[in-house]
Order: sequence, then structure tokens, then C-alpha cells
Amino acid sequence: MATSTESAITNAARPGTEPLLTIRNVAKSFGRNAVLRDISLQVAEGEFLTILGESGSGKTTLLRIIAGFESADSGEIWMGGERLDPLPPYRRRVNTVFQHYALFPHLTVEENVGYGLRVAKRPKEEIASRVEQALAMVKMTDYARSKPARISGGQQQRIALARALVNRPRLLLLDEPLSALDANLRRQMQVELKSLQREVGISFVFVTHDQEEAMVMSDRIALLRTGELEQVASPREIYSRPATAYTAQFIGHTNLLHAEVKDGVARCHSLSWRTGFRDGSALFSLRPENIRLASATAAHDVVRFRAKVRHQAFHGATELLQIECADGLALSIRTASRENRQGELELEFSAADAVPVRESPERN
Amino acid sequence: MFSRAYRAVITLPPLLWVAAFLLIPYALLFCYSFWSVSPDQVIVHSWSLDNYRELFRVDVYLQTLFRSMWIAARVTIFALLLGYPLAYFLSFHAGKRKDLLYQLVIIPLWVSYLVRAYAWKTILGSDGVLNTLLQYVHLTKHPLEFLLYSPFAVVLTLTHIYTPFTFLPIYASLEHIPRNLVEASHDLGASPFQTFWRVIFPLSIPGVLAGATFAFVLSLGDFLAPLLLGGPSGIMISNIVVSLFGAAYNWPLGAAISLCMLVLVIALLFLSENLEKKWSFR
Repeated sequence: MATSTESAITNAARPGTEPLLTIRNVAKSFGRNAVLRDISLQVAEGEFLTILGESGSGKTTLLRIIAGFESADSGEIWMGGERLDPLPPYRRRVNTVFQHYALFPHLTVEENVGYGLRVAKRPKEEIASRVEQALAMVKMTDYARSKPARISGGQQQRIALARALVNRPRLLLLDEPLSALDANLRRQMQVELKSLQREVGISFVFVTHDQEEAMVMSDRIALLRTGELEQVASPREIYSRPATAYTAQFIGHTNLLHAEVKDGVARCHSLSWRTGFRDGSALFSLRPENIRLASATAAHDVVRFRAKVRHQAFHGATELLQIECADGLALSIRTASRENRQGELELEFSAADAVPVRESPERN
Repeated sequence: MFSRAYRAVITLPPLLWVAAFLLIPYALLFCYSFWSVSPDQVIVHSWSLDNYRELFRVDVYLQTLFRSMWIAARVTIFALLLGYPLAYFLSFHAGKRKDLLYQLVIIPLWVSYLVRAYAWKTILGSDGVLNTLLQYVHLTKHPLEFLLYSPFAVVLTLTHIYTPFTFLPIYASLEHIPRNLVEASHDLGASPFQTFWRVIFPLSIPGVLAGATFAFVLSLGDFLAPLLLGGPSGIMISNIVVSLFGAAYNWPLGAAISLCMLVLVIALLFLSENLEKKWSFR
């Protein structure tokens, strides 16, 4: 595991720029149950950062600590030169979009959106024009006078977003805001949310358990596992260069190869490939789509092997094949769909696509 | 789904019960209110509106009715002033002691009404606990007479007795407020004070209305507290009904007053139910 100084460097927002939010060595326990351990993370100005993790990974707790609904047992949170963690939630220039929207049922849509401006005692004309703008931004102007119970889930979600953004926060926190929507609306909202974020230029910290959602929207993904950051990187980086076995498996599908490295050559069953990894046992992640049908011309550093198809799962454009080599090594491969792929196949992968990953140790 | 016979068997007993002990007595009361009593103390079954005219002609009935409403109104206000903060504290700030405190609020309901009324008699009387104490510490020279046998004593006792009834619906409505609304309000920059007046209080109004209705209706019809602690100046409308059905032997007039009260109470319940609906959003 990375030490805290090391992770503080790797989790830095953008080298050379002053980060907007800095989370420094934050830890939190509920009773004897450690929910977050030594979390250090930075968010840059205008960045879309996703905190990704399974349920129970502590992602919502981390978000609630940033918002001020929970207090950390230790560590500090800074935003733009101001220490955030001693402040009550209503003094932080941070707004939240809640998982179940938390719209005030006794107020109309426009009263909900104007709530933050009214409690801040802004002039009436300013409230009216900013509310109107915010409603226009989420295309909900027609529903200004409806009560929240009268509008659909997707519409409530837009209002929750408008209600938070109208206050022009420096940071917007989103707690699984799309989880209650059905699949189609969800994909549509992912795109809308991302373009809205670019438009307003506010930093977003987005919490989700859905790795696809994280990949589509984020500038960077912070993968949380049982209260510790597993890896913080851009979606491309985290997918193609997973640091640990857990990351490789959680984000997309992968084949984990337990290999022995000796003199720059890794061996796993009958497969062997060149690697820069040090001698000893090592774990490699090989994505199913990086194994392909062998081409006529043999390229440099390509590993070729033969395997039997055991199972074929059709996924539309692609299909997932379960294959087995003669020595019993079972792998998944993803290829373009073709009917009735049977028997033995001649396959290959580039040695560079077998990425060395760290073992993820079991925690509680 | 169920056979006709089965449905008849299970609905008949409660139906009979309601008929025998509610509908028929009310029907009789209704009839009595149009009859009269002859000078030789016999009920005359001739129909007239005389009893209702009597009600509005004799000052004492209307005066007592207004006094009863005024006592009930004060009880309602005090019960709300005591019950709401208590319910709010329990629901939002009691933490782990919530269940214990809740039980402590409920326990007095298990003590007999009479015991609680008599307890106040012992406390408020001329040589009661309170007057003895006041004289002992030389705050007063003579016992304070207004403490007992006065509207004050009635309001105090009824407030004590009916505050839990006000507390319960308010507590229930506060417990039903999703806590993420409170968080959302803080998140949007509202202080705890602003959050209370803009979110928590508006959402608890149905409970406040239900609690106020309980306190008002129950104390309006009360006759034991005024009987035990009210004295001549603290008499309420139910005491008059009791005496009309008893010593005065004028059942028809008693029935007429009872029916007027019934109409008044039903109107109040109807009104409060409509207001509650208007203020509930789920």
C-alpha cells in the first residue's frame, strides 16, 4: 500500500496549480468500525472528480464530511486557503445534491430553488432573476409553480441541481444523484450533467457506485475501497494502468494472471512474455479486449497461444468468450460478434497489455 | 373474496354495538331535545323548539358556553406552548435518551384523571402545599384565594391533563420530517433558527392542528375539573348539562345543550381535518 506522503503526491489535483479543495489525512470511525482511514485527496478548480466505491466503502461518509454533516475524527479539509472542517454546514460555500433530492415538499419549485438566496437575504429582484436563470438552465421554467410531489423523478433531480447551483457554490457535491432514475434517463442525465459542469465551471465531487457512470463523466476517478483510496487517476489511466488487482477487477472486466518473473520474462502456465518487472512472483492484469485473434504476420513482443471456446455470451456489438488453454488456464476474451465461434482458436496479445498490478490485501 | 355470510358475521357485532350504544342514544337525545317537562315533573312528548329558544334567551347558558370556550382556548394555548418545545426537543435533540423521555411523557396518561385532579386540589388549597410554602417563605401573609375554586385552577389542571394529548400528534409529525430536509436547509446556508421556521415548523403544522384540536375539544367537554376545582366562577357547560339531567330534572333542555355542543365539536373537527389536509404534502 502507498504511504500517506506518496498518496498525497499522486492524489494531487494538477501539478503546479493551487487546488480548490484539499483533504488531508482524514479518518472517521463509527464506534469500532473504521469507515475512512487516512484519506488525502485534492480537487482542482473546475474539475469533475468522482468518488467511486462499493456500498460500505465510505464514499458517502467522505462526501458528508466535506459538506459538514459528519465531522472527521482526525485530519483537515481546506478550501481555497480557508479551513473548512471546523465550520457548520451552513457556513461552507459548498452545496449538495442529495441522493433522494430532499426538495422541500411545502414549497413550490421556484421557492425551492430560491431558498438559499432567501435565507441569505438577497434583494427580491435578484432572487427572482437568478431563480429564473437557474430554472432555464435545467429547462424547468414551465414548472416554476408546481409542488415537488407533482413532478417526476428526473424533474425533481433537475430542481435539486438548480437549487444547489443558484447559490454559485465553489464546490458542488453530488451524492449518487442519478441512482433513482431508470437506465435511459440516467444516461441522458450523465451527458447533461457533464456538459452543465463544463458550462458553469464549478468543481464537482460526484459519488457513485457505478463504474460506467464514473468513466463517462469524470476528469478523475478516486476509487475507494473499505475506507482507503485504492487509486486516483483519470478514467483512461485507471482503466489502462490499474495499480491494483482490485482496481483492475472493479473497473471493467479483466483477466488476472499469477506469474513468476525471472530475468525479464514472466511465465504463467504455458504463456510467457517480456516484462520490466523485478524477479519474483507477480500479478498481471490483461483486459479481455486486448486478447485478439492471431493475425497472419507476427509482430514484435506478441504472445501467441491456442485455446478452446468454452462459453459464448452475446453482448450486441461485442461478445465475451470464456476460453481454456490446453494446460487448463481459463481466460475471458472480448471480440467483435460472430456467430458460432467454436472449437480451437489461435489467439495473441501484446506483452505491453499485460499490466503488472499490486495484490489487494483483504481488509476487515 | 369472502362469502356473504362471513362478512355478515364479522361486521354485525360492531354494528350492533355502535347502534345500541351510540346511534340509539343520540337519536333519543335528539328526540328529547324537542320535548318538554310538565310542572308535575313528567316528560311531555309534544314537539317544539322551546328548548333551543330557552338556550338563547337565558344568559347563563351562553355565558357559560363562552366561558368554557375561553377556558378551552387557554388550555389549548398552554398545552401547545408546553407540548411543542417538548416534542421538538425529543424528536431532534434527545439522542439516545429519546425513548426514555418519551415514556416519561406518556406515563402520566396511565394515572387516573381523578388522582391528578385531586393532587392539584391538595397543592392549590388554602392550607395546601403551595400556600403553606408561600407563607412560610413570607412571600404572602394570607393564603391566596384565587388559586383554588377558580377558572385559573381549572385551566391549570386541564393543561396538565391534556398536554400529553397535544404532545403526541406534534411529536409524530416531527418524527415524520425526513432528516435530509434539515440537512438540505443547512446545506443551502440556513442557520438552525431559519431552518426551524422555514422547514421544520411548516411541516409540523398538521400535528399542531391535531394537538390543538385534542386539547380544545377535550377540555371544552370536561366536567370533572370544574366540578372539583372550579368553584362557582369556574363552572363549565358540561356541569350545567349534568345538573339538568340530574337535580334539575330537565332532560329535554339538557339534551338541547348537548346537541348544540355536539354540532359545535363536529364543526371544529371538520375544520381542523380540512386544514390538516391543506398542510400535508405527501
